[in-house]
Amino acid sequence: MITLHNISKTFATAEGPLHAVSSASLEVEQGDIYGLIGFSGAGKSTLLRTINLLERPDEGSVIVDGEEFTGLPLRELRKRRLSIGMIFQHFNLLNNRNVYDNVSFPLEIAKVPKAQRRQRIESCLEMVGLSDKAKAFPAKLSGGQKQRVAIARALAGNPKILLCDEPTSSVDPQTTGSILAALQEINRNLGITIVIVTHEMNVVKAICNKVAVMEQGKIVEKFDLREKNIAPQSPIAKYLFKNEITLVREMEASYA
Amino acid sequence: MLSNISSAWPELIQALLETLYMLVLTIPIAVAIGTPLGTVLFLTRPNSFLKWPRFYVILNGFVNLIRSFPFLILMIAIIPFTRMVVGTALGTTAATVPMIINAVPYFARFIEQILLDVNRGVVEAAESMGANKFQIVWKVLYTEARSGIANAITIVTVSFLSYSTVAGLVGGGGIGDFAIRYGYYRYQTDVMFVTIVIMVLFVQAFQFAGNYVVRKLDKRL
Repeated sequence: MITLHNISKTFATAEGPLHAVSSASLEVEQGDIYGLIGFSGAGKSTLLRTINLLERPDEGSVIVDGEEFTGLPLRELRKRRLSIGMIFQHFNLLNNRNVYDNVSFPLEIAKVPKAQRRQRIESCLEMVGLSDKAKAFPAKLSGGQKQRVAIARALAGNPKILLCDEPTSSVDPQTTGSILAALQEINRNLGITIVIVTHEMNVVKAICNKVAVMEQGKIVEKFDLREKNIAPQSPIAKYLFKNEITLVREMEASYA
Repeated sequence: MLSNISSAWPELIQALLETLYMLVLTIPIAVAIGTPLGTVLFLTRPNSFLKWPRFYVILNGFVNLIRSFPFLILMIAIIPFTRMVVGTALGTTAATVPMIINAVPYFARFIEQILLDVNRGVVEAAESMGANKFQIVWKVLYTEARSGIANAITIVTVSFLSYSTVAGLVGGGGIGDFAIRYGYYRYQTDVMFVTIVIMVLFVQAFQFAGNYVVRKLDKRL
């Protein structure tokens, strides 16, 4: 479904070039819930954003549904993006549009006639359990509700893929549960392939079937979580799977 | 004292109407031209959507050039241009020419600043849905910035109520002209006082109406 091959991305910063992602490769299959885990600055969000080319890689190829994206002209790329939904850590809803009109937004972008939008919007809101909030503005919603609106908005265009950039990082644990439940339901009922970036192993354990561990721009290890014995080899993977908060008093953290 | 005011009253009303006429001409034109101009400034800034660095330098320099004229000097300096456009350099219509020239870049700067304040994450979300630049400007930037734009219109209106009185100095008519003739040349302090009270009420009314509209448009809180 998604193949990332040898992706590299370098940003120019004031302190010199920053290698956000270096030759990372990834294979996501139809129906996967694929986790990308790592600490801040590991390059996981950058890698995710190369899938719809919000971030254009310096090297490597992005193949989605059998089609090489990096060579597409911008106009064609925009059409492809319609079938790739995306949600964000900070929801990124239009604050001056109500819930209904937020979900309507991608349909307007895709120039869906108004008469056909209504039904689609209503069914998307129903899927995330927010039909009663259609007229509410985002400012009046809780974090979990906002993210569910964002999910409904991402679903409006009937995507095959949903990209999730730290979708639970700014909500409390209980809300995290409700967002993840919504994502799992979408994956099961609609067969949408999901790629999810997170720094919480609990998120991965809760819904992912596969996970790639990233550190300093590289994919260090990959796991199929349906396997019985998962034996992480790299220090960071061991640390993440152990999943305990350790108080680190030295200046530099170690995973030991 | 009342006789001063009552005898000047019809002229006062006339002057107020002239001032309103200047504003009614200036503000909509400033908004109509300043909004696209400010949007282009925003879009062509370094690290923004359009990579037209040379175009930005020229446009930015031009806006700064006009903004650097003190209003009174601009008015006098462009008299030949004003004559060319309206046929005369005297009167209310003539006074609106320098007012518009001053207001357009002023408003454009407001728009540029307001658009800079729109959350980049929302723009990115729209990009991820396949929105093109026009859709982003129209459906994202203007929607999210609408209360800021309404606020800018209020500020510019109040500013140009003040600038319109400068126009009065050089034969532009309006409330400034009136205040100078009665309050200054004829020493009618009472008439001056009434004029000032009316101006204060005008500004309060503009601001009140502006704030009301801003509150109605802003759903962010």
